[in-house]
Amino acid sequence: MITFKNVTKRYDNSTIAVDNLSLEAPKGKITIFVGPSGCGKTTSLRMINRLITPSSGTIMLDGQPTEAIDLARLRRKIGYVIQHAGLFPHLTVVQNIATTARLIGIAKKQALGIASELIERVGLDRTFANRYPWQLSGGQQQRVGVARALASDPEFMLMDEPFSAVDPVVRHQLQEEFLRLQRDIGKTIIMVTHDIDEALKLGDQVAVLRTGGILAQIASPQELLSKPADAFVADFVGRDRGYRYLGFVDATSSLAVAAEPAAPLGTEPSTARALTRDRWILVTNAAAQPMGWVDLDQQTGPIRESDLNLSGTLASQSGNLRQVLDAALSAPSGRGVIVGTSGALLGSVRLAEIVTAIESAKAVGMGARS
Amino acid sequence: MNFDWLAGEAGDIGNFFAWHAALSVIPVVAALVMALPIGWLVKQSGVLRPALLGIAGLLYTIPSLALFVLLPLVLGTQILDPLNVVVALTLYTLALLVRTVCDGLDAVSADVLQAANAMGYRRFSRFFRVELPLAVPVIGAGLRVAVVSNVSIVSIAALIGTPQLGALFTEGLELHFLTPILTGIILCVALAVSLDGLVIFLTRQLTRWQPRS
Repeated sequence: MITFKNVTKRYDNSTIAVDNLSLEAPKGKITIFVGPSGCGKTTSLRMINRLITPSSGTIMLDGQPTEAIDLARLRRKIGYVIQHAGLFPHLTVVQNIATTARLIGIAKKQALGIASELIERVGLDRTFANRYPWQLSGGQQQRVGVARALASDPEFMLMDEPFSAVDPVVRHQLQEEFLRLQRDIGKTIIMVTHDIDEALKLGDQVAVLRTGGILAQIASPQELLSKPADAFVADFVGRDRGYRYLGFVDATSSLAVAAEPAAPLGTEPSTARALTRDRWILVTNAAAQPMGWVDLDQQTGPIRESDLNLSGTLASQSGNLRQVLDAALSAPSGRGVIVGTSGALLGSVRLAEIVTAIESAKAVGMGARS
Repeated sequence: MNFDWLAGEAGDIGNFFAWHAALSVIPVVAALVMALPIGWLVKQSGVLRPALLGIAGLLYTIPSLALFVLLPLVLGTQILDPLNVVVALTLYTLALLVRTVCDGLDAVSADVLQAANAMGYRRFSRFFRVELPLAVPVIGAGLRVAVVSNVSIVSIAALIGTPQLGALFTEGLELHFLTPILTGIILCVALAVSLDGLVIFLTRQLTRWQPRS
């Protein structure tokens, strides 16, 4: 657990970067500091490993004040990941990762062993081991940065905008892999981001800071969306918060999936029409995975791949209401396609049923407020 | 070219060449060893830094001949002692390399330093494991300048009688004889080129991590 107790950072005795911050980052959970620039989120993060010294107040690691710990030892207990990775240009990937293990006194050979295992753990191929950082893409460097932070197996991790310097596709991938990794390793993590979507997606707990380093609200993503503490938080959380809240409502419990007829490519329109209820037929491949919809009113010959309407998104069986709603809204038939873990078709859900599910979820989830 | 003269003097010329090489190289090595800690300190010195580098620059403006003559008074050595030349050239090289080391340390990116600090490197190991290896390309470039300019300054020491290739120039002038002068020039250039090549080679060995074009 990382505890902030009345922590203030003042510069030149006038500018206040962080104002009397008190909060707890629970053990094994991800706490996100989010806010506009100048809100003191990075300053707060860097005060934990004392890259910046607090003007007053105490930060504690598992109850032990950080100023009581030798500086280098303190930092070796805490993994640190930054925006541009900050890899050592003169060391290979495996040597870079091994540095934190070496710093806590692990023998060279053993450290390199740990490092080469971590290369795969963060989703890189072992062939990367002997490359230098300049030979890697930004996303790959960031993975190595995470591996380096993990090599000393620290209990705590600090991450300063770790995914913001990569393109959106890679960012999404890194975020997913990071969540998967965290499920295995269960570190106590504090991450800084300016991106509220990232905060809501990754955080178990999100601390919203406002300009001047004042804590506006600290809550779970659901609570932040459903019960923003004030206008600033509501505004910062964003315009689509009603829709985004659905991302935290489990879909499987509240929705009955109806059977959805499907046809393979090559099906004659007359055969397809006999199967389906309206003018739209879902086409699946040999593995029963949905490929797209076909409008039978427009279809003249056997269904070919080029006839498919690909606009519909798919919702996973274990997904949330936001995914299901989006699947229904994006499908030309108005039926949201639900797939199992292997991607095979399970059935569909109608828009009207989803709206009913949303209403009952709101009655339970936000009842206290309204 | 008078090859008979060359053949006759080959022993002396070889001796001059060895001295010349030693007088060029030893000061560079000595100055580098001193420039690393001094450069690091100057880099830490903040506001004093421009002043300290300015003083180092001034040192370089003292004429070498004056320094060769003055040093015996300071060091208590004989005027002909090669040590005077070594000390003088060490000072020049040091003046050059302190700035180079500073620039080299500046070239280490802020991200890398922040990562190293946050990982818990102590100052000493951060310097040797992170900053110094990354400063090698810049320091190597400074060493090339230092080595080549030393080869040329050493020959001036002929005027105070220290044995090295410069002696061939004075001899040639006195005898109105071109062969020793040409020989001296050729050997000086050969020495400078090969020492330069050596520095390039060593720098490359230490910077295998850099992209090669």
